[in-house]
Amino acid sequence: MATIFPPEEEQIIELDVRTDEMLVSMGPQHPSTHGVLRLVLRTDGEVVSEVTPHLGYLHRCAEKIGENVTPIQFIPYTDRMDYLSGMNMNLGYSLAVEKLCGLTDKIPEKAQVIRVIVCELNRIASHLVGIGAYGLDLGTFSPFLYAFREREMILDLFEEVCGARLTYSYVTIGGVHDDLPEGWLERCSKFLDWFEPRLEEYHTLLTRNSIFIKRTAGIGVLPRDMAVAYGCTGPMLRGSLNREKGDPPWDLRKIEPYCGYEQYDFEIPIPPFREAPVEAVIGDAWHRFYVRMKEMEQSARIVRQALRKYETARGAHRIEPPRHLPPGEAYVETECPRGQMGFYVVGRPTKESVPLRVRARSSSFCNLSVTHEICRGCLIADVPAIVGSIDIVMGEVDR
Amino acid sequence: MPIAPSEVKWIDERTLSPWDWLYLPALWEGLSTTVRHMFSKKVTIEFPEQRPSVPPHYKGVHRLNRDEQGRVRCVACYLCATACPAHCIDIVAAPSPWPDREKYPELFVIDELRCIYCGMCEEACPVDAIELTTLYDLTGFSREEMLFDKEKLLAVYDYTVNKGTDAIRTLRGTLGPASEILEQQSAPLPNT
Ligand code: SF4
Ligand code: SF4
Repeated sequence: MATIFPPEEEQIIELDVRTDEMLVSMGPQHPSTHGVLRLVLRTDGEVVSEVTPHLGYLHRCAEKIGENVTPIQFIPYTDRMDYLSGMNMNLGYSLAVEKLCGLTDKIPEKAQVIRVIVCELNRIASHLVGIGAYGLDLGTFSPFLYAFREREMILDLFEEVCGARLTYSYVTIGGVHDDLPEGWLERCSKFLDWFEPRLEEYHTLLTRNSIFIKRTAGIGVLPRDMAVAYGCTGPMLRGSLNREKGDPPWDLRKIEPYCGYEQYDFEIPIPPFREAPVEAVIGDAWHRFYVRMKEMEQSARIVRQALRKYETARGAHRIEPPRHLPPGEAYVETECPRGQMGFYVVGRPTKESVPLRVRARSSSFCNLSVTHEICRGCLIADVPAIVGSIDIVMGEVDR
Repeated sequence: MPIAPSEVKWIDERTLSPWDWLYLPALWEGLSTTVRHMFSKKVTIEFPEQRPSVPPHYKGVHRLNRDEQGRVRCVACYLCATACPAHCIDIVAAPSPWPDREKYPELFVIDELRCIYCGMCEEACPVDAIELTTLYDLTGFSREEMLFDKEKLLAVYDYTVNKGTDAIRTLRGTLGPASEILEQQSAPLPNT
């Protein structure tokens, strides 16, 4: 355990210098709050005694809009929820509507494979921003630029597929918008060849960097039970699990496979890691960061398998979506880069093309809800390190 | 209320060996990575002078296509306006002056500021009259300027076709070289 108490006298010196309490507003324009998040910190000297996140600056009534447009028209809105992983958001909503319409088993194999390829590439792109921006929060600039270089290549691949770089609207109800263009498979595997050795660079610049370790190891420890109680998912939860204590590698791609994930061979990285520095504790910022690094490796592995699969995949890239939604309800959760993103769709009792209710369960929102617990008692300088390790996207928190 | 001492999180810092304390190995490891990058191939481009090449189906500014006789191809069926998730297409239909169709758009306005460039209008159009081009740097001085009317959208068509950046996609899914059409259009385009 890293949280040991120093000798009594030191504590007294540290805490006996009484300072006034102060409320500090961090954000919404603070560069390390990753968007428009406002944290009100109650500080006692250098120590933060209370953190209150203020949300809602980016609220765009996405759920209400979903009740007024057809499911296909809502796809572009889902892009804008987690704008760093638009493909995964598209997929979540598409799967929910497909489940409602009873189409889940009718999606052709080819469409499934393309979905897996683009979603895993998007996971890599999203984690690259996550770790790059995290390095930026902690004062190292180079990994951020390198991460964006790699991400740019993924965006180029996406641009070829769907004509957009950020808001793809590519995965839609019934499959995907277009088939993969000619020569794309080669370019994609070329990218993977290029990308996989580059991960070592991030390990050099971040994972093993002693300043980075000092800023992250033992900081913001999120115990496993608290993570479960607050509904944390994704790397946030997996960073707190312990394989040796028998925790399951909690990832929906393994636990409730969708889109044929059960046919791929991949692992869910959870602690303890051999590479962990001695001062790192399971559940701290370093472990969350490292889970993301490991996941990128696994995603690249899945993409490679999917590229091979694509060549023999049968069926079309898309089937005709139904014109009307049947009455009933469907809820689907998918594993997005930031956690479990759930979409809930209710069809109107009279068959209509517009749903009665659309609800999005956002992973970033639940992950953010633990900030006040894990930030209490830390130093002000550690708040960006903790918030950065949660890797939130405010578009998804506020929807 | 001041924070209770028991709530303050104390971190146990590793004591560094003298060799680590110099930070020389760490410095060397990091610097060698960044210096290696300084001499590798640049991935950035100098934007206004150099332009990135975008794929032909990039979702940029709209255009309204002309048919072989230079008339607007649109038949004012409102399918694009219905499909648009941002409700940014306004069409006023009028009886067509030409015998081969019933209606044509008297007014056709796309609010490019409201548009989210999703490409659903392109997908919905039954006659491939509306398309998104590869123009991506759209700017204007006023909101009114960004309301693209029929003439402006046709002008985008002329511009992209003349420039050869956007092939004419007469049939969905197949790309034809823009130069083919230019030869057919040797006569000046009549006013629509
Ligand atoms: S691109 Fe999308 S938002 Fe823009 S006009 Fe077409 S349908 Fe509407
Ligand atoms: S552009 Fe196409 S879809 Fe839109 S009104 Fe004209 S013909 Fe119909």
